[in-house]
Amino acid sequence: MRSPSERPALEVRDLETRIDTKLGLIKAVDGVSFSVDHGETLGIVGESGSGKSITALSILRLVPKPAAYIARGQVLLDGEDLLEKSETEMRKVRGKRISMVLQDPQTSLNPVFSIGFQVVEAIGMHADAPRKTLVRRAVEALRRVRVADPERRVDDFPHQMSGGMKQRVVGAIALGSFPSVLIADEPTTALDVTIQAQYLRLLKDIQQETGLSIIFITHDFGVVARMCDKVAVMYAGRVVEYGPVREIFNSPAHPYTKALLNSVPAVEEDVDRLYSIKGQPPAFWDMPEGCRFEPRCDVAMQRCKTEYPNKFARASTGSGAHYADCWALEEPEWIPSRS
Amino acid sequence: MTDSPSPADRVADDNTGRKPGFWRGLRRLPLIPMFVLVVLLIIPALSADWLAPHDPIRGSIPDRLKPPVFFGGTWEFALGTDRLGRDILSRIMHGAKVSLSISIAGILAGGVLGTALGLIAGYFRGLADAIIMRLVDITMALPSILLALVLAVTVGPSFQTIIVVVTFVLWALYARQVRGEVLSIRERDFVARARVAGASDLRIIVRHILPNAANTIIVLATLQVGSVILLEAGLSFLGVGIPRPTPAWGLMVADGRQLIVSAWWIAFFPGLAITLTVFALNLLGDWMRDRLDPRLKEV
Amino acid sequence: MKRNLVIRSLQSLLALLAISVIAFAMSHLTGSPVDAMLPDDAGPEEAARLTKLWGLDRPLYEQYFVFLGNALQGNFGDSIKWQGQTAFGLVLERLPATIQLGGFAIVVSTIIALPVGVLAAVYKDTPFDSAGKLVALLGQAMPNFWLGIVLIWIFAVHLNWLPTSGRGGFSHMVLPAIAMGWFQVAAFMRLTRSAMLEVLDSEYIKLARIKGVPERRVIWVHALKNAAIAPLTYFGVIAGSIFTGSVVIETVFAWPGTGLLAIDAIRGRDFPVIQAVVVTFAGVFIVANLIVDTLYAYLDPRIRYQ
Repeated sequence: MRSPSERPALEVRDLETRIDTKLGLIKAVDGVSFSVDHGETLGIVGESGSGKSITALSILRLVPKPAAYIARGQVLLDGEDLLEKSETEMRKVRGKRISMVLQDPQTSLNPVFSIGFQVVEAIGMHADAPRKTLVRRAVEALRRVRVADPERRVDDFPHQMSGGMKQRVVGAIALGSFPSVLIADEPTTALDVTIQAQYLRLLKDIQQETGLSIIFITHDFGVVARMCDKVAVMYAGRVVEYGPVREIFNSPAHPYTKALLNSVPAVEEDVDRLYSIKGQPPAFWDMPEGCRFEPRCDVAMQRCKTEYPNKFARASTGSGAHYADCWALEEPEWIPSRS
Repeated sequence: MTDSPSPADRVADDNTGRKPGFWRGLRRLPLIPMFVLVVLLIIPALSADWLAPHDPIRGSIPDRLKPPVFFGGTWEFALGTDRLGRDILSRIMHGAKVSLSISIAGILAGGVLGTALGLIAGYFRGLADAIIMRLVDITMALPSILLALVLAVTVGPSFQTIIVVVTFVLWALYARQVRGEVLSIRERDFVARARVAGASDLRIIVRHILPNAANTIIVLATLQVGSVILLEAGLSFLGVGIPRPTPAWGLMVADGRQLIVSAWWIAFFPGLAITLTVFALNLLGDWMRDRLDPRLKEV
Repeated sequence: MKRNLVIRSLQSLLALLAISVIAFAMSHLTGSPVDAMLPDDAGPEEAARLTKLWGLDRPLYEQYFVFLGNALQGNFGDSIKWQGQTAFGLVLERLPATIQLGGFAIVVSTIIALPVGVLAAVYKDTPFDSAGKLVALLGQAMPNFWLGIVLIWIFAVHLNWLPTSGRGGFSHMVLPAIAMGWFQVAAFMRLTRSAMLEVLDSEYIKLARIKGVPERRVIWVHALKNAAIAPLTYFGVIAGSIFTGSVVIETVFAWPGTGLLAIDAIRGRDFPVIQAVVVTFAGVFIVANLIVDTLYAYLDPRIRYQ
């Protein structure tokens, strides 16, 4: 369907990541597919434990060894499958072509190294340049994320900075080598609301300047509405609904997405707790045979208990694919999807 | 990893579907170290007087320097005899009594003193806290074993001297750990409630704080038994611990040292007894720590 | 940071004072030193003369200050056992041997313990980890004097590979260093391992990997510099226990250092020498701890900038 020039920046196909726990092998990521175009932002939404972060780490092949491993699938970066690469080749991808910002700025920076050291190292990993040049580039990187007075700040240590400032430094580290894809794993959850807004604004601006693709992991639909072009809703290791952000908001198809949207908190604080969907997500070592949301679903049918739903795609849409895994969608407007 | 499921911790207790019961609890006990301790330390310590085949102090000159069984000796002196014809096995059994009683008495004394001072420092804060913690710092800054030597020499080696030395070495550790524990316990709700209800300081400390610090104290005690036995053995080896002719393990190693070439068993077996005992005690201590007070790291 | 060091130094000074009080009290606890030093047939006039000469008739606190003043100048009086030598001179003469052996033991145990502790954390729950744990548990269970004797028995007597005792070349240091260092290796290794485990699980290590830092650099630079802080605090304790350990080990191996001197002095009730040894050991121990505090601040910027 697509011509090669419109190839997505990153495409994940049928990714499965398993973790060997004391209770047996679990599929933390179970057949997940999505794609991000150049300059586009994809939101991955779901509750804690839905497999969002493991998905992100799988893309970088940094799942915690030896317990976790990627069992199957493809991670295509500009058409190249990252899962085929050697560890040495992979190191040239990390930080250079795909980068990541972690959730908690308080713990993301190494306390015993100066800010300058950490940014310089990130840039120096992927550039063969004299130290002086690297330091200059590090200062530029810090300026790009709007750290005031970066020439002086490079000698500071993390404990001398505020949380918001630290998260900017993490941003400078992530963006220092101009990657084409940035994975942001709940980068603002630990920040307070005003700082959070500033940070999101900053990411948007940088995206507009550089054409960066962003994968934004969050459990906050408010953030999704502001940041994202597309959304993948994850539940119990699977993407249960996927589509353009406007369609997801205007006509959510999966009961889980609907429930999430209905429970968007009015005040953005401690989001995790404010979701008020009855029941608990299923345990990974005790997955329902059929639809994983069935025990908590209001519209569940007999069939939902025994068979995992097909993917149903919206029949005709203008702005990209929209599909969901739910038996309730077996109507004319929705057709079984091949993917 | 924030997002990854960590089911292992939450449901570890019923992964086989059975309820955690007495037998399951028992199976998780460190049985081998406990067995070693019972056989090597507790049984001999309690019953050396009846079980030991020979007199530990009076030897028979014709039987001197007999090798152990399997090395040309006989079952009569299974681990051989020393220069004075005393049975090594019997002396090791009686030595267990010394090791056990010193470690219990020493840890009791050091633990009680340290716990009491730690409770006072943590509960009352202020001046008492400052003074006690400075004392802790100073004690920890002193090369304690050297002081132990000096004390043993000035006052003379005896059971009591060793207890004083052990107390001196141990109290600061207890005081520091207990104080830290108390600082967090005293901020908890039930302490505030007790205070509002008009309970006296003493009552709050004894009824509310002490029981909550008990795990730390017990774990520390278990972890320290081994080092106390090593300390006592070292002092006895240097001739400033248990006076002769009382059979103490360290003293026996010292006795055998000069004869290591011709009669290795005299020094070897008592040292082996120390090693195995301390090894088992340390395993038990680690297990207790993991079980009762995982926050307490390597001390 | 500077303030911190000043406080620590003052504390050390206090500890040193406490030591001096104990050292002073020591010679008075056993009764008058005059009784200990006079020949049995000396008359009461002789005792009175010596009492006067040594200032023993003055009040205790005065005697203490005299003692302290002298001690500060390195004057602990003449040795009783070794005629014609000053107590402090004897200690100084023996100190290099102790520092040589102790330093060697510290260096060797660090060289062994640090990498093994790091690798045990990296390869957690593998046979390597278990083997390391066994070695550590053994090291913490064996009494060092017995280990020394057994080492002599096996490697010097039976195999005849190394000398049994005394001070000489490198080969003379091997067995005593093992006997002295094994316990330290064990403690150091376990501390390093647990600190590394905690650090390796942290977010900043994850970020380092995300940056594309090679795993080897992640472990030996990013993680180790953090993890080294915990074992380093223990380093002061090690320095101290090497000194006290020297008393035992030097006895076993007849190594002519201060430890052996201390034991000989104690057996000979040579109080000036004992006092000199105790104060010197305490001094070295306290200086070692101050150095560790400084290093600590160097490693951990959170302390440096306090």
